[in-house]
This record gives sequence, structure tokens and C-alpha cells, in this order.
Amino acid sequence: MSIWLTLAGMALVTYALRASFLLLPPQVETPPLLRRALRYVPAAVLTAIWAPELLLAGGEIAISPGNERLLAGAVAIAVAWRWRLTFATILAGLAALHLFHRLI
Amino acid sequence: MLAGARAALPVLAGIVAFGVITGVAMVASGIAPLMAMLMSIVVFAGASMVAAAQLLASGTPALLIVLTTVFINLRFMMYSASLRLHFGREPLGWRLLIAYLQADNVYGLTLMRYAERPEAPGGRDFFLGAALVVWLAWQLAVAAGILIGASVPAWWRLEFAAPLAFIAMTVPVLRDRAMVAAAVVAAVCVVAAHALPFKLSIPLAAFAGIGAGLLFERSWR
Repeated sequence: MSIWLTLAGMALVTYALRASFLLLPPQVETPPLLRRALRYVPAAVLTAIWAPELLLAGGEIAISPGNERLLAGAVAIAVAWRWRLTFATILAGLAALHLFHRLI
Repeated sequence: MLAGARAALPVLAGIVAFGVITGVAMVASGIAPLMAMLMSIVVFAGASMVAAAQLLASGTPALLIVLTTVFINLRFMMYSASLRLHFGREPLGWRLLIAYLQADNVYGLTLMRYAERPEAPGGRDFFLGAALVVWLAWQLAVAAGILIGASVPAWWRLEFAAPLAFIAMTVPVLRDRAMVAAAVVAAVCVVAAHALPFKLSIPLAAFAGIGAGLLFERSWR
């Protein structure tokens, strides 16, 4: 029973969050401050999702040359910065991860 | 729609990897395979599904799991407000579909497309093309993850493709100092707050990063 309740609740809130602003009538203006703030959503939210994968290890802050995911992530960031190609970024990051794993 | 579908192909590696990991993680925490697949279709939000599976296994009450889902998926509200600038005038049926199909990667791709060609028509078709490819790849990957369970060859370390895909989407939007400030502050905050329960660190870091971007923009004018 509880699992059905959980499932229904999760589906409902997730869809409500996704639909929220899209369902406002078009004549309702998005407030200017919100519009400006939204420019920063991808930079802030996407970073908040991937940064812990690089900077944390086993639930602890791991900013050291011994953290292979941090080093591989730095390689991926450099590749993304230079070439802006998603596939090259992922391949370079995975290759770097295996390389650093052997070296460290 | 073909342009969107084509644009989505490079990110599929990350999506498939994360989908498989999600399927494996959910079943490993003790959810019945069919329930895990059903959740993937009706919720369609990986991070919150993995968190929910772990909480269910530890006997957490439904209300608390739903609350956790709200926090982890709060970013979709921001995507919704952002996509409204482009799709706010589409017919209701399309908006309901666009709402369901929102995903991190699709949002990133759509934003990149509008950044490159702000006035070009066909934005909705681009979104739908990318979103349908991503949705299908995701569901197949979750199904595969559920089926093969924990027997994925771990030494491939494909799970790392998920953050790499997010990196590939973030770096191109870092076009000015305020953008970089938003990303750096978000990274510092999410790490500093990592011990908070319910992954509260993610919405917290998001708000801090957005605030930093706005402040930085103002102080440079």
C-alpha cells in the first residue's frame, strides 16, 4: 500500500514541478527579476548535480591529487571548454578516469 | 524534429549509463522489477528514483519520500519557468507533453540551441525530437538495468558518464563572469552542504549560485 502511495505522490509532485510555469496563461508576464535569475539556472543547477561527483568521495570532501574522479573531471572540463563537443568530453573524461586509476 | 533527435545522440552515452545504473540501484535496494519500471515511466526522474528506492528499503514513510522528491526535482520548476519563455504560447496539449518530457539533458540541449539561434523557428520540434530520443533511450536503459541487475561490468565505470554529460552541458553556458560565478558558488555550496539530509544541498546550491550570478551581474555594471 505504502509503495503505491509513494509512487503516486512522487509522480504527482514531479509532474506538478515540471508543469508549473508552463501552464500559466501567456498574458501573465514572467517577472523581470525571475527572467534574469533564470539565465543562471543551468550554470547553477547542473553544476550542483555534477560537482559532488568530482569533489566528494565516500561522503567526504576529497580535493586532492589522489582523487581520480576530480582529475578526470578537470580533463573533461578542459576538453569541453576547448572543443564544446559532448561526446569528446565524455570520452576524454572516461579515458582520463581509467588512465589516472592506473597511475594513482 | 530530426535536428533535435540528432543533437541528442551525443548525450545518449551518459543517459544510457545513468539509466542502467538507476535500474540496477533501484532493484538492488529491493523494489520489485515491475514497480521500478512503472516508477521510471510515471516519475521519469532518475536521481529522485534512486533516492526513493533507498528510502523505501529503509522503511521511510511515504510522505517523507515524496518531500525528498520535491527537493531533488525542484530544478524542474526552474526548467519549466525557463522553457515557458520559448513554449509559453504553445497549445495546452503540447505544453502538457513538454512538461512531462523535461529532462536535464533535453533542457541543456534546448538552451544551447536557443543560445546559438535565438530567433530560428522550429524550437518546439527540436525539443520534441531531442526529448523523445532521450525518453526512449532512458526507458530502455532502465529496463536493461533492471534486467541485468548488478551484473554490469563495473570496471567500465560507465556511471561516471552521467556527471561527464552534465559537465559537457554546463561548460558551454559559462560565457561571462556572472555565469562562472553562479557555477563556482553552486559547486562550493553543494560541497559545503553535502551532509544535509534529503539532498537539500542541491536546491540550496542552486539558489546560492543563481543569487551569486545576479549579484555579480549588478556589481559589474
